[in-house]
Amino acid sequence: MNIEQKLSLNKFMVDEGNPHIVPHQDKMDQAAVNTLTVVCPAGLYTVDERGKLVFEVAGCLECGTCRVALAHLPGALEWNHPRASFGVMFRYG
Amino acid sequence: MADYDAIVVGAGLAGSTAAYCMAKAGLSVLLLERGDTAGVKNVTGGRLYGHSLEKVIPGFAQEAPVERKIVRERVSMMTEDSCFTADFHTPSRFDDASCASYTVLRAEFDAWLASKAEEAGCDLVSPAHADDLLRENGKIIGIKGGEDELTAEVVLLADGVNSLLGQKAGLKKELSPHHVAVGAKEILELPKGVINDRFGLNDGEGMANLFAGFPSAGMVGGGFLYTNKESLCLGLVITVADMSKSAVRLPDLLEKFREHPAVKPLVAGAKLVEYSAHLVPEGGLAMLPALSADNLLLLGDAAGLCMNLGYTVRGMDLAVASGHLAAQTVIEAKEKGDFSNNVLAGYKSRLEQSFVLKDMRTHKNAPHFIEHTPRMFSEYPALAADVFTQLFKVDGTPSRLMLKKALPLVSKVGFLNLIKDGLKGSRAL
Repeated sequence: MNIEQKLSLNKFMVDEGNPHIVPHQDKMDQAAVNTLTVVCPAGLYTVDERGKLVFEVAGCLECGTCRVALAHLPGALEWNHPRASFGVMFRYG
Repeated sequence: MADYDAIVVGAGLAGSTAAYCMAKAGLSVLLLERGDTAGVKNVTGGRLYGHSLEKVIPGFAQEAPVERKIVRERVSMMTEDSCFTADFHTPSRFDDASCASYTVLRAEFDAWLASKAEEAGCDLVSPAHADDLLRENGKIIGIKGGEDELTAEVVLLADGVNSLLGQKAGLKKELSPHHVAVGAKEILELPKGVINDRFGLNDGEGMANLFAGFPSAGMVGGGFLYTNKESLCLGLVITVADMSKSAVRLPDLLEKFREHPAVKPLVAGAKLVEYSAHLVPEGGLAMLPALSADNLLLLGDAAGLCMNLGYTVRGMDLAVASGHLAAQTVIEAKEKGDFSNNVLAGYKSRLEQSFVLKDMRTHKNAPHFIEHTPRMFSEYPALAADVFTQLFKVDGTPSRLMLKKALPLVSKVGFLNLIKDGLKGSRAL
């Protein structure tokens, strides 16, 4: 089972048009971009064929790993908890 | 006049315990939870050591939704094609409530504990997100959430490992990638009887298994497997610092772990029903923040109260105790009518006098030892596999004495390294 299929088993409430994480690639070096693609346990950071960082907020497990991994680059990520009643809702946890 | 004596942010184990104790003592308490219900944002490996909750709610396991009581402890060292396991089975020695531990699932367990706080008289509001602290002339007087402002004499931040409010308040710094680990976990459904048969358990009995070596691909971290009533928790935890440099993604490592020849038969036929991830504060005392300020306390994971000793990980029993001790401190502040840090600093003294900071101090060198002994995650599992291969491989070639079998293998790792790591490890863990 790939990660997309696994994430589809979770219960999410997506806050359309109001992502709780906003990455700013212009404030990152290539190492930071690579870090994001590998540290996210949900695999939500990818790089497209033109080298642009793509982030898919739906599926976010709200762990904060990306935030901590890029803590040395202020402004590279805007990271917040989702608004109340949005985001992942673990049925087991 | 403030709306409440105390506002607690976060209905996890620390927050709900604090709210329960304060409400029971007659204080007016508001408990805020950003999830739809308490627990839906929380994840554990996981096992709860029950001793600290037992002090707050004696006999809690009789009514709480615990999964299984642990009677079987396994610690494994894995290579790609082998697994060496120490298996300690005792249905009696950890049976007493004072030392029993239980597997729990947080969505259900936290909802139960929050409901106990509510029964005790606190107002529980969920979903409700506290965006910021509310200040008046610099003094903390409550919290802001959206358009709402709520006031209290004291705010207890139990908002978890990613405590943005704790950072905003200046109590703690940004987390270091060396101090936190990322965990990923699968919930795998299996019938109760299959779990009992597979792991040699009776109804209500559970197993905890930690794995070093192959699961983390030599990085600082490890794998875990816990039995619930009708599911297994299978997962991996690796420091964010190491994961940042990894060539392989965490979910792919977890796939490899599940496919390992020693794990695959244990999870065969199980149905994946949830995939979760969470950060674990493993930095110990080195990441200990300021625990209090005027009108403010920091609890549980938000305060980094957690210990990873390699053979076991503890966070939830510390969280419960921190909630209990924070509540005692606030009750004293209420009696004295003084919610400044003069009284609230007593929270840290209480933690120092309790097992929480005593144990974290005893094991203060564990994080450094674990992070700086990479042999634990590569050479030693390989050594164990090689030694046992030599012992049990019978192929008709002339056998040798145990010592002769083991010596060349040990010398490959280095006698001095083994002795040094053994001594350091037994002094740190």
